[in-house]
Formats: sequence, C-alpha cells, structure tokens
Amino acid sequence: MAYFFQQLLNALQLGSIYALIALGYTMVYGILTMINFAHGDLFMVGAFFCFLLAVYLKLSFVPTLLLSMLGVACLGVIIERLAYKPLRTAPRVSAIITALGVGLFLENFTLALSPYPKHIPPLLTNVTWTVGAVSISSLQVLVIVLSLGLMLILDFVVWRTKAGMAMRAISWDKTIVPLMGVSVNKIISLTFAIGTGLGGAAGVLYSLAYPVIDPYMGIMVGWKAFICAVVGGIGNVRGAMIGGFILGAVEILVAAFFPSTYRDFVAFTLLLGLLILRPYGILGRPQPQKV
Amino acid sequence: MTASDLLLTVSGLCVSYEGIEALHGVSFEVAKGEIVTLIGANGAGKSSILRAVSGLVPYAGAVVYTGKDLKNLPADRIVAAGIAHVPEGRGIFGNLTVGENLKLAAWQRRDKSAVARDLDRVFDLFPRLRERTKQLGGMLSGGEQQMLAVGRALMSDAELLLLDEPSMGLSPVLVREIFKIISEINREGKTVLLVEQNAHLALQIARRAYVLETGRIVLSGTGRELAGNPRIREAYLGG
Ligand SMILES: Nc1ncnc2c1ncn2[C@@H]1O[C@H](COP(=O)(O)OP(=O)(O)O)[C@@H](O)[C@H]1O
Ligand SMILES: [Mg+2]
Repeated sequence: MAYFFQQLLNALQLGSIYALIALGYTMVYGILTMINFAHGDLFMVGAFFCFLLAVYLKLSFVPTLLLSMLGVACLGVIIERLAYKPLRTAPRVSAIITALGVGLFLENFTLALSPYPKHIPPLLTNVTWTVGAVSISSLQVLVIVLSLGLMLILDFVVWRTKAGMAMRAISWDKTIVPLMGVSVNKIISLTFAIGTGLGGAAGVLYSLAYPVIDPYMGIMVGWKAFICAVVGGIGNVRGAMIGGFILGAVEILVAAFFPSTYRDFVAFTLLLGLLILRPYGILGRPQPQKV
Repeated sequence: MTASDLLLTVSGLCVSYEGIEALHGVSFEVAKGEIVTLIGANGAGKSSILRAVSGLVPYAGAVVYTGKDLKNLPADRIVAAGIAHVPEGRGIFGNLTVGENLKLAAWQRRDKSAVARDLDRVFDLFPRLRERTKQLGGMLSGGEQQMLAVGRALMSDAELLLLDEPSMGLSPVLVREIFKIISEINREGKTVLLVEQNAHLALQIARRAYVLETGRIVLSGTGRELAGNPRIREAYLGG
C-alpha cells in the first residue's frame, strides 16, 4: 500500500509536467489546427531560462519561474508572428516543416551557447516528510500543486472569460470570428503566449525535479506530451490534462514492473492501443465542421 | 436623398478569386434608415459584395461608410465602425452556448448597461433564444440559428446590418417571421442591406433594390418598381 502511494506521487509529478506541456500542443492545435512541433524545444528553453536566471542572476524560485514563463511566452509569440503567421493559408505541410525547423533552430542555438549539460542548483530547500512508510518530498508536492494550480487557472480562462470564449469560437470557425469584432490575430497571439508560457513553467518544474538539462531534452519529452494531447483528444484542454496524467501513471507503473529500458516502448504501445479504441482521443470528437 | 443621409457608398467594386473576377465594378449606395436589397441568382456575386464591405475579402474599388474609407481596415475594426454582417449559413458557433454567442458579438462594447438592455431586446424579439441561453448553438434548429445570427448582429450595436440570405433553408412560416422582424428592426432605426435569392419577399420589404447578374448590377429601382417589372417577374418571381 505504501509502495502504491509512493508510486502514485511519482506518477502525479511526472504526469503534471506532461500535462502542462500537452496543453501547449492542444491549445495551438485547437485554434490553428496546426501542431507546433517546436513546442518541446520551447519547454527546453524554459529549463535553460531557469538555469540562466538562477545561476547568473541568482534569482530565487518565484521570480525564476515567472520570468522563465514570460520569456518563453514572448518567444512563442515571436515565433508565431515571424514563422507561422505567413503560412496560415499555405498548405499544412509547410507549417509542419517550418515548426520542425524552428525546433531544430532552438536546439542548435542552445547547443552553440551551451555545449555541455547544465546542472540546476537546488532553488528550494527540499524537505522530506515521512508518513508511515511513504516519503513525500516538498519538491514533489510543489511540482504537483503548482501544475494543478496553473491548469485550474487555464481551465477558468478557457471556460469562464471572454478571451477564452473567443478562443473556443476560433476553434469552431475562425472565418466568422472577425465579424464579432474580435481580432483573430490578437487571440492567436494570446493563445501562443499562454500555451508556450505553460511549456516554460513545465521546463522550470522539470529541471527542479530532474536537475540536469541539455539542449535535446525537449525532443523526447515533447513527443510524449504531444502523444498525451492526442490521447486526450487534440484541441481539448481537459483532454490534454487527462492524457498527461495517464502517461505519467503508465510510465511509473511500467518502470515498477519491467526493466526501465522497456518503459517508453510499453507506454507508447499502450497509448497507441488506446487510440485504436478511441481514434479521436478520450475527450475528442470528430470535427463536426469543415476545417 | 442628400449626401448627408448616405450611410454606405460602394463604387467600382471588383472582387477576384484565384485570378478569376467575380464582381466587375459594382456600384450602389445605402442611405440611413433604408432597407436595400440585392437580389440575384446563385453565384451572381451577392455574398462577395457583403464580404468585401465587411473586410473579409480583398477588393478593388471603394467602400465608404459614413464618410470613412473602409478599404484598409481589418474586419474587426469594420465592426467597430458600425457594420454587422450576418453571413450566409448563419455562422453560429456550435460549440458556444446561445448566451455566449450573443456575448461574443458584444466583444468591443464597454457600455455594460446598454449591452444588458440590448440583450433583453434580443430576447424580446426572439423569446425562444431566452429559453435556450444555456444550450449550445449547434443544438438549435435552422430557424433558431437564424434568429441567433440576427440577435448577434443587434448585440454589436451596429447601425448597418448586412444580411446574407436570412431565408435560406427555412420553412415559409419561419421566412415570413424573419422578414417581419427585419422590418421591425428597421423601423426601430437600423439600416439594412439585405441579400436574397427569395426576391418576392425581399422586394416587398425593401425601399430600393438592385439586381445582380454575373457580377454586374443590371437593374435598380424601388422595391415596388422592380416587383412590377416583367423581366424581374419572369426571372425571379416565377412569372
Ligand atoms: N472562396 C471562393 N473561391 C473561389 N471562387 C469563389 C469563392 N467564393 C465565391 N466564388 C465564386 O464567385 C462567384 C460569386 O459567388 P458569391 O458571391 O458567393 O455569389 P452569391 O452569393 O450571389 O451566390 C461565384 O462564381 C463563385 O463560384
Ligand atoms: Mg451567397
């Protein structure tokens, strides 16, 4: 039982990070029907912002987190404006190739600046509580609580604010939205800011939990989070959260019973199996309208 | 009609799609308080005119609204200038509730109490929408969606309404109801530019009308004149 709770905590920690990243994929897809394949690399940039701010500027945790989120959000908005916006009416494959190119650029730019993996110093004193046979680290609790908090805020924004209403309207039919007096470009920028900002937050939390970072760390994590978004139903915000926690749980579970090299293989197989059962994802529906 | 009464002036409007010209220099005007209708067969270019006016498609020629050149304004700024466009097919957001559809249309307005008053007015005109505020737009019937589309146009507080085939796909009873409400909205002060294939009813409620054929205006006159014109009777009114 104690073992179960221990693993549950680990699964929640990993899952909440996947969920945060998956949200960026799903929000951008929802609004532009485009997969931002550079998103995993924006997550990586978030981790490097965390390194820069913590090591060179000696900032404490809260300003590091907020500034990293802001930095990645700005980068996301700039990337959309410069690289994706000119391709909005181009064939979809152009946008996909461009996104992959942007990702490679971010990786190699970071590699040029930082050829060796970096170690993130502990930004917070980590306390470990022991409850029965379960040991809970304060870091773990922080990652989970902060991620859940960010997801709650996002859910509120999407479902309860005017901006969220405009985002949902764009995901239905963006040709009609300007007739409501809404600037589609502004809402798209806002969506990129929020989605990539959450990716940046994930980068910071990830590098606190797993403190060695390198320029390629976003590739595998990014692919996994993308799959989470698809499993949850791409374009669906709550689905991305669910997908993230499912993958977190599956990975931890697999690692508990199989050699650790099996982890990704088993996890991906299970998720693909889920997609065969539910091709549009857990909360996804076939698009009711022309895209 | 004096120059100061003119609300919308369209001159020499040309619209092309992928290099093929669909509108070949269309000119017309709409004065304050009028219902003006553009009638024409499917593919004549009626929707293209409305799309150009509201900034959804690029064009050559001039569109002037209350003395202001709309040419380089993005569509959302044209709404702010006072033009509401009810698009062909209604353009309801099926994933938003009825209430959200209406609220979204008031996006740019800051006058909260006036927005609340307009919402009440919309619900008075269309009581069915009040009953269905919490329902998703996609769950409404065609007639209810058309009412919601007109309701949204009223929520934007525009002075000029562009209505693209509001009768499309509706039963005759509903079509008459929608046209009655268009006349009522007009009496309350909204100016209406109405695009229709259903020439019969459109000519009845319109003060003036233009007939569009393959991208050109071929006839114009008062609604009554055109309704009596033998050529129109033959081509659009079934003899
Ligand atoms: N998006 C488009 N792409 C290409 N051709 C179009 C497009 N929209 C309209 N057209 C063409 O322009 C002409 C006018 O269309 P439209 O303005 O929709 O006419 P109407 O509203 O009177 O039926 C038609 O020949 C139509 O095929
Ligand atoms: Mg049309």
